[in-house]
Amino acid sequence: MTLSHFSAAVIFAFFASIVFGITQRSERREMIKYGAKCFVFFVVGTIAAGWVMWILRH
Amino acid sequence: MAKDKTNVAESSTAKSAAKAPPQPITMMSVVAPALGWLVPGAGHLIQKRWGRGLLLMLSVVAMFVLGVLMEGRVYAFNTGDILDMLGFVGDLGAGGLYIVARALGIGIGAINLATADYGTKYIIVSGLLNIISAVDAYDIAIGKKP
Repeated sequence: MTLSHFSAAVIFAFFASIVFGITQRSERREMIKYGAKCFVFFVVGTIAAGWVMWILRH
Repeated sequence: MAKDKTNVAESSTAKSAAKAPPQPITMMSVVAPALGWLVPGAGHLIQKRWGRGLLLMLSVVAMFVLGVLMEGRVYAFNTGDILDMLGFVGDLGAGGLYIVARALGIGIGAINLATADYGTKYIIVSGLLNIISAVDAYDIAIGKKP
């Protein structure tokens, strides 16, 4: 099975965010909000890190 | 002076005791995290948290299986490189999945594939997430979390 770096990062973010949301909050609504926030941070962080590496290389 | 220190220590102990009363050890507080470690999500399912349990099971199992499909490495016990030892600790967190993978001899790891390295990380993180899930199951069992 071959995934691109980005798709691997998005799938990773998706599942990790589900676990973080469920385990780090007590109320259902808070779980969903926190999980969504983690997912966005993961993905935005990945893109930002990619751009930083691109800048370092050029 | 020594008496003052003793008083401070006693006061501090009294405060922490007031804040966090000792939790009674129940059968569920032992079984839930142990089962949750062995079978991802089962610690929640046994406490009738069906939705949470199934989502945790799906997430941990999916990450582990994807890691294996990407030809990631499943670490055996070792006393070599520190990262290899930490990899083993992370993998061990997956509980039953780790035991089955080792028994079947899967997870050799393909060093010639870039995605295999992603797979190795997926497997380690699935183990670490499973430990968080098991701790959460314990929190539910002792009534710290609804």
